[in-house]
Amino acid sequence: MRNTKLATLEDAIVKSGLKDGMTISFHHHFRGGDKVVNLVVDKLAEMGFKNLHLAASSLSDVHEPLIEHIRNGVISKISTSGLRGALADAISHGLMAEPVIFRSHGGRGSAIANGRLHIDVAFLGASSSDELGNACGYSRSENAKSICGSLGYALPDARYADHVVVITDDLVSYPNVPRSISAADVESVVVVDSVGDSSKISAGAIRDSKNPRDILLAKQAAKVVINSGYFKEGFSIQTGTGGASLAVVKYIRESMIEKGIKASFALGGITAHMVKLHEEGLIGKLIDVQSFDKVAAESLKNDPSHQEVSSVEYASGEHLGSATHALDIVILSALEVDVNFNVNVLVGSDGIIRGAIGGHQDTAADSALSIIVCPLLRGRIPCIVPKVTTLITPGSGVDVVVTEYGIAVNPSRPEIAERLKAAGLNIVDIQSLSDKARSIIGTPAELPFGDKVVGIVMNRDGSVLDRIYNIV
Amino acid sequence: MEIKNAVAGTLESGDIMIQIGPGKGLDINLKSSVEAQFGSQIRSLIRETLSGLGITDASVNAVDKGALDCTIRARVTAAAVRASGVDVWKD
Repeated sequence: MRNTKLATLEDAIVKSGLKDGMTISFHHHFRGGDKVVNLVVDKLAEMGFKNLHLAASSLSDVHEPLIEHIRNGVISKISTSGLRGALADAISHGLMAEPVIFRSHGGRGSAIANGRLHIDVAFLGASSSDELGNACGYSRSENAKSICGSLGYALPDARYADHVVVITDDLVSYPNVPRSISAADVESVVVVDSVGDSSKISAGAIRDSKNPRDILLAKQAAKVVINSGYFKEGFSIQTGTGGASLAVVKYIRESMIEKGIKASFALGGITAHMVKLHEEGLIGKLIDVQSFDKVAAESLKNDPSHQEVSSVEYASGEHLGSATHALDIVILSALEVDVNFNVNVLVGSDGIIRGAIGGHQDTAADSALSIIVCPLLRGRIPCIVPKVTTLITPGSGVDVVVTEYGIAVNPSRPEIAERLKAAGLNIVDIQSLSDKARSIIGTPAELPFGDKVVGIVMNRDGSVLDRIYNIV
Repeated sequence: MEIKNAVAGTLESGDIMIQIGPGKGLDINLKSSVEAQFGSQIRSLIRETLSGLGITDASVNAVDKGALDCTIRARVTAAAVRASGVDVWKD
């Protein structure tokens, strides 16, 4: 090779021209197993950087060390889809002077593409790269150390950031094709021992449920799908990460086989369940912005009809070509749904941030039919409430809410309510679900919110949807 | 009524663990995962349940993981029966 972009992390940072106050970005494809954020921010702290804006596609429990970097002034601003664990708890209690900016995946893609979120230096972990920066989320070499599958959330960063540093744990010979990130977008390539622990990709939000209530909810949701009017040859589908919403796929599969119906594509976070249906010939194509487990990641690597897409192609509200605009049915979970069908997936009922917007806003708004699956109560915490703690997905995009006490249909979709009633499903007023929850748990006391804004929830069009206040 | 040390309940999600021991007056120490929303409701329910069983002097340590009222009443009653030796279900 006549040219090389290989550098140490420190040299790559120096070469990037990064200065105090600039914006750095990361993807979260390794989810709970991510090692890149902590590695890079530790190095930036050691090099004396201050007041950086950390713009990650999401952050989780594993990023607890950021608390010290925030206290020491290395990181002064965060943009992300979600926060979990000790970092989320500290931020909810007022750790940061500046509020965290929360965006959906599609909203982040749009903001990067249209310049509202300008990235100075992107640090993008990859499971393989050649020394010019052709990189992807898997490796075909025998030295492969990690696999995360799709790099969908990293692709806008790679394309639009001023400077791109690829960080890999498997340097392979040129040309590393097929690739996700093009060498044309990359300035430096850094080799490290490990970019992430692939076994932890499916940790965090994703659970494969054996809980009988989740199974009941999944069966009800499957009946909603099947009788909605959208379950017909060539339909398309996406599921979220909650236990029940994942289990729905199992029951839909049975009905697809029985009725001889095939789906044209499955979208979004792709799971082993979806891969199975695809391999059985029940789903034509898989459109993958994020591989939710190792099976999905391997499938993306090996199957040409399993297509990686960027978050812009996946769910941007500003591009008519984004896949959510072609999506028929989405099945999502929720922390809270209120009587106006507004959904909260970010802030717990105790006022502490504990989730992520993900593609919730995007898919609910663009799909033909959005179904929220959630229990009436989780322990003593109500999921159907008079008013959501924090507004994440406006009720205008939410069509059906499935609980174990009945199914509520948004009054704006009377035709769906009629179809479900005709199929014998228990259709109830959402207000009655909220009342039922209250009758069991009593009236919760007001949360001890302070007057400091710790988070700002953006809508996917770049407007402000809600503000999150500190918990005292 | 003599109160001995006794326990009922578990630390599972949706349950409450009640430890009762000797004390002067009703001293209730609650740790709850839903403290902000329901802490005072849960304390008064524990107090009411014990008073209803005629227990006025006891120290109570409760660790709550989001239990519903029916569960709290049942666990408090079971702990009280074990602590006092008075079987309220039998009589």
